[in-house]
Amino acid sequence: MSSVETAILPGGIVSRPGSTADYKTGTWRVKRPVVDLNKCTGCLICWIYCPEPAILKREDGKIEFDYEHCKGCGICSEECPPKAISMVEE
Amino acid sequence: MSLLQPKMLRPMSTSEAIAYAVKQANVDVIAAYPITPQTIIVERLSEYVNNGELDAEYVAVESEHSAMSACVAASLTGARVFTSTASQGLALMHEVLYVASSLRCPIVMAIANRALSAPINIHCDHSDVMGSRDAGWVHIFVENGQQAYDRVFQAFRLAEDEDVLLPVGINLDGFFLSHAVEGIATISDSKAATFLPPRKAKYYVDSSMPMTFGAFALPDWYFEIKHQVAIAMEKVPKKLEEVEKLYYQMTGRIYGHVGAYKTEDAEVGLVCAGSAAGTAKYAVSRLREKGIKAGLLSIRLFRPFPVESILPHVKDMRALVVMDRAMSPGAPSAPIGQDIKTMLYDAGLRRNIPVVNFVYGLGGRDISAAEFEEIVTKVAKDVKARRRIQRGTIYWGLRS
Amino acid sequence: MLVGEVKSIRELYGLDLIAPGHRACAGCGALVGVRQVLMASRRPLIVVSATSCLEVTSTPYPQTMWKVPWVHLLFENAATAASGIEAALKVLSRKYGRQEHYIIAFGGDGGTFDIGLQALSGALERGHRFLYVCYDNEAYMNTGIQRSGATPLGAATTTSPVGTKIVGKTQQKKDLLEIVAAHRIPYAATASPSHWKDLANKVRKAQSYDGPSFIHLIAPCTRGWYFDPSQTIKVARLAVETRYWPLYEVENGRYRITHPVPNPKPLEEFLKVQRRLSHLLLPENAEMLERLKAYVNERWERLQRLSVCFA
Repeated sequence: MSSVETAILPGGIVSRPGSTADYKTGTWRVKRPVVDLNKCTGCLICWIYCPEPAILKREDGKIEFDYEHCKGCGICSEECPPKAISMVEE
Repeated sequence: MSLLQPKMLRPMSTSEAIAYAVKQANVDVIAAYPITPQTIIVERLSEYVNNGELDAEYVAVESEHSAMSACVAASLTGARVFTSTASQGLALMHEVLYVASSLRCPIVMAIANRALSAPINIHCDHSDVMGSRDAGWVHIFVENGQQAYDRVFQAFRLAEDEDVLLPVGINLDGFFLSHAVEGIATISDSKAATFLPPRKAKYYVDSSMPMTFGAFALPDWYFEIKHQVAIAMEKVPKKLEEVEKLYYQMTGRIYGHVGAYKTEDAEVGLVCAGSAAGTAKYAVSRLREKGIKAGLLSIRLFRPFPVESILPHVKDMRALVVMDRAMSPGAPSAPIGQDIKTMLYDAGLRRNIPVVNFVYGLGGRDISAAEFEEIVTKVAKDVKARRRIQRGTIYWGLRS
Repeated sequence: MLVGEVKSIRELYGLDLIAPGHRACAGCGALVGVRQVLMASRRPLIVVSATSCLEVTSTPYPQTMWKVPWVHLLFENAATAASGIEAALKVLSRKYGRQEHYIIAFGGDGGTFDIGLQALSGALERGHRFLYVCYDNEAYMNTGIQRSGATPLGAATTTSPVGTKIVGKTQQKKDLLEIVAAHRIPYAATASPSHWKDLANKVRKAQSYDGPSFIHLIAPCTRGWYFDPSQTIKVARLAVETRYWPLYEVENGRYRITHPVPNPKPLEEFLKVQRRLSHLLLPENAEMLERLKAYVNERWERLQRLSVCFA
């Protein structure tokens, strides 16, 4: 049996949970979200509506982006109550 | 063997024998949908579950498609799973059969072989299983109730072997076998439990190891994943041999990949599968009395096709009569005929051993020993006279 | 664990069960909804998916987005797969002490309304304990936007195009939740990712029952509905605010509108932001628009009457 065959688990089971994180969908982005931390209230509305998820909560409760995975859809910018997120061209 | 003392035989139909074995195999999940002539199997199993004789979940699904779907899902959790169907039911399962084998689910399914519509017909032929023969399942044909009973234990042991992990179909001829009652030598529950301890799956659906089953594979990986089924299939003949050896030690009964009768010096070999083997065996003994050197090979392991087990029997024969209980319209041969011819071609025997392929008994039309005799006698005469053996597919028993 | 009412977003933070890097389109409504369902879900959890956008974008072998055990078999059998897993774990737990799990099955509208309806009905009738979530983007998006039983009247899809003779889909949307509710299961509800708290609490409620439950989730699709990816949640919210997507539940047969919309926005507000439906605003399609409005209004009024009945 070749090494390829032994590397594949029976039936093509994928054994690494959450392994799509290896794939950087950030390269898809046309516009990047930028947060104005002076305006960010840490309400996490952007986070609850993120399809990826590519938004993280910082230690201070405000948010930051995971640009490796953010596809730049702009939902966060649209939904941010204090309008703290702007979309800028890459 | 003393095991066959009459007092130890229990009168049961083949269907009941299968259900009884499945109960003794201590299955966890049964998901099934009723279809003639499979019904007795699932009725008995329902009784066992509802009477508390078998601790299993009986999932009374709304179709055969769902029967096999539930079986696959249950099997992925590490459960021991059984189902049974026939004919249209197997056809409706078709797409799920491939998922079962490709996700390496050791499901055991009894198939009470029945003709396919149209016209609708409830009687035996092998069209159902032949339509599924490339789905990656191990297929075993049984010739009587005893074989059916014994094969259930063997099938689970084989299927659940980590080197195999393939689903197994146990094919029993609808009505001819499913409803035929005979004395069955059963094993004790404790022997059954020793031969078949609870399934120990290496990978299974559980939050303790959150894995993804049934991912989306593109051209970069699909081929290798699919190839696993072929690799596993190659291991089956040897593994079944091992399983049978163990079962033999316990019961004194062994069947092999093929059932051979008087093949040692035979000139004309008769090849068939299923309940016709008994009739054919009688025909061969009668032919022998008449001085015709006939021999019988009953295909017991059909997938993988046991080439290595068949060749030693046929290599010195002068002709083969292959009896198929299914059509393969437009193909150069009927299903078993195709396999036999390919086998002979690969073995360099295609010139030495001509093959006459008969399609018989569709929709439950019976075949008699006299008919087998007539067929073999004709071929034997041609062999003796060194006449060219008729090629192609012959439809036997049609009204003229 | 995770049984009470969800009151704030903070309670959900850290409960994600999916990883980024999946291949769903930017702004995918299904992924937002599915993510929210999973965050609210009780654990341990097993997820089953029907063949769908969700399935193909989340498991590009040899990777997976899922952090929970996940099973996909085929297009039409997610509910049956859930049945099989539930039955198996029940008996394995009884016989060998295996841990039981919560089970959520996800299917798209094609896999639920159409090809998987029989499997769903069977599973509901048999009473397996699992939550089925139909994420409804109102067409076969995975194969390129073909009409389904969930596509609304008049919508343009690749198999119900706006032609010179026939304009979009000529039939109304199938009322799936009513079909599901007719099985008399303990809990069935609609939900929208725009109303995340309503959604999260419906998941919690659904999983509190020892039987089948169902959530019908609107999943705006940027590609198939033709709107900018940034508008996904806005479109979902408009669906609720125009009463196009009433948020309600049927709990033990009792109807309740969970998000009353006393002053609905005109349906046109929802239609005009999506190119699949905006042609209904043209004068020549006025009659079709009226039929769609009638469908929306009659459904809302019926729900309101039922809610009052059971109040």
